[in-house]
Amino acid sequence: MVALWWAVVASGVYHGVNPGMGWPLTVSAALMEGRRSALAAALAMLALGHFLAMSAILLPFSAMIALVEWQREIRIAAGGLVMAIGAYLLINRRHPRFLARVKPSRLALWSFLAAMAHGAGFMLLPIYLGLCGVQEADIGHRAAADLMADSVDTALTVAAIHTAAMSVSGGVLATVVYAWLGLRFLSKAWFNIDVLWALSLVLVGGIGVWAAL
Amino acid sequence: MNLRPDPTFHATPKLAMAAPVETLAFTLMLSPDGAQPDGLAVVDVDPKSKSYGQIVHSLFMPNTGDEFHHFGWNACSSALSPLTGHAFLERRYLIIPGIRSSRIYVIDVKEPLKAKIHKIIEPEEVFEKTGYSRPHTIHCGPEGIYVSTLGGGGKDGTDGPPGIFIMDCETFEILGRYEMDRGIQDKHYDFWWNLPRDYMVSSEWGLPPQFENGIVAEDLLSNKYGHKIHFWDLRGRRNIQTIDLGENHQMALEIRPAHDPAKQHGFCGVVVDTTNLQGAIFTWWRNDDGSFEAKKTITIDPQPASADDLPELLKGFGAVPPLVTDIDLSLDDKFLYVACWGTGEMHQYDVSDPMKPNLAGKVEIGGIVNKTKHPNGKEFGYGPQMVEISRDGKRVYWTNSLYSTWDDQFYPGDRGGAMVMANAAPAGGLDLDKAFWVEFPKGYRSHQIRLEGGDCSTDSFCYPNT
Repeated sequence: MVALWWAVVASGVYHGVNPGMGWPLTVSAALMEGRRSALAAALAMLALGHFLAMSAILLPFSAMIALVEWQREIRIAAGGLVMAIGAYLLINRRHPRFLARVKPSRLALWSFLAAMAHGAGFMLLPIYLGLCGVQEADIGHRAAADLMADSVDTALTVAAIHTAAMSVSGGVLATVVYAWLGLRFLSKAWFNIDVLWALSLVLVGGIGVWAAL
Repeated sequence: MNLRPDPTFHATPKLAMAAPVETLAFTLMLSPDGAQPDGLAVVDVDPKSKSYGQIVHSLFMPNTGDEFHHFGWNACSSALSPLTGHAFLERRYLIIPGIRSSRIYVIDVKEPLKAKIHKIIEPEEVFEKTGYSRPHTIHCGPEGIYVSTLGGGGKDGTDGPPGIFIMDCETFEILGRYEMDRGIQDKHYDFWWNLPRDYMVSSEWGLPPQFENGIVAEDLLSNKYGHKIHFWDLRGRRNIQTIDLGENHQMALEIRPAHDPAKQHGFCGVVVDTTNLQGAIFTWWRNDDGSFEAKKTITIDPQPASADDLPELLKGFGAVPPLVTDIDLSLDDKFLYVACWGTGEMHQYDVSDPMKPNLAGKVEIGGIVNKTKHPNGKEFGYGPQMVEISRDGKRVYWTNSLYSTWDDQFYPGDRGGAMVMANAAPAGGLDLDKAFWVEFPKGYRSHQIRLEGGDCSTDSFCYPNT
């Protein structure tokens, strides 16, 4: 249980330090406006978009938690889906062009779409279902409505903790680059983690399936 | 795809200035009469090298009559914006359009001395997918590679207005037209943008019948060439404002925005003012409310000349116009270089205050009347034309041909392609380098220059200087 919550935090840190999830935009915002507070404002917009993207993936599954007798099947199917998305991203390495149409001023929208396009929410899904599964074992006799309310709470908490971890890691990195390291760090420390990202999805999905079996 | 961003991508103009200096230049060669295929020359610009100032490799195309003019990279520093998702592209291919044939070549210069053709896009594909013709300026932007065109559809390119189309930056497939609402824009030439502020600026030369067979004097004297600049919502693909510079300001060509995206101004060169033959530079800027304005900040006077010294086209005027055909802005946004192709001068303006430019340096070479020789004693043939500045701002390169048929009107006869370099002093001042002179193969003229690793008219930056 605790390990799963740490996994939620770890995935948030992972997303936060990935430049592809947007922290360089917060540095740019602070520099363009000539004040450090713009960094925090931009970060808040990115966080909002990311939180919504996480919730958009987790909430539909929280509705299904009520189907207690189908727990196992749902977790296996969800794990398989996450693996399939990872496999798809491994094969299709192209970046979605519609992201380039989003205006730089609409950071929350961009962050939402970027997270959706990269399956960021799906990376959380098996962890989330794992957390719900633990609950279900403890309180198996409770009413479906109760279970659903619980799982919605859990989904929002998972999304919030994940997004908080992402904002802190991305925010720390952005602040360090803004205040000390300078933008040279951006091109030096940006690694192409497309493959790693896709493999992470496959791995997390695989663990989800394995844990459910 | 790289595992790290290409080392030639820089977050800010300042970082690009501090990068290693160029050792090679790529220069386009055109056969003015189409007798030979056009080509790409790889020029050694490393002063420590034995072949300094020589063409060390040439690649000629499999077709004739393309008329090479401008060209650009497949990827530049704009890739460092996370918004676009292209951080791991390589700066590896040169996209070279033929403005007469509408054919586009993609040249792989990963190994510059073994430069080879990677892909050819035939004119029919350009026509079919875009309805445009005569591709010209190349920039790498949010949605891929943007290509401006000078002509619309139909044989003479007047069936519909010209515009911009987008190519995929990995496959080089033509994706289609850029514009969703072009407003009153009906001619095209150059374009550039401010990526974080999400606006684009475009300019106007003239329609194909006004330039392909030479300058049309009647059209010029009746002010029928382009004289407007257009401002666009870049990602919205909409023309949001058009500024008419005044119809006497004929041919608004190069658009040079400040490289630092925190700044919201730029420049545009006007070839000739038909009321007084002056050349002009306009400074344009964006107000806080998002509206744009433009003001003439530099004028360059014509020089009196006797009719005997002038080509047919200019005899009646008794003067040689400066003909501002190209301008280029150093990466620190401090010096604007202005090519006066008619009088044979390269001007260097200090534009630290963009509203009050100061002439800081000047080189005289070539010219319709003056015909100033290079310090090495050689004839420059034409006048200073396409100019390119090194990233560090210390070296300024230029060639001498404008456009095949226009060369012949202003500088009759075949006078040979040339490429020279001048050293720029940090505080201002410009001096031709005696040792640098590039000879081109017989029958070829020289046009735009691109420097290895990027230069002052290719890269768009997404982060402001610190």
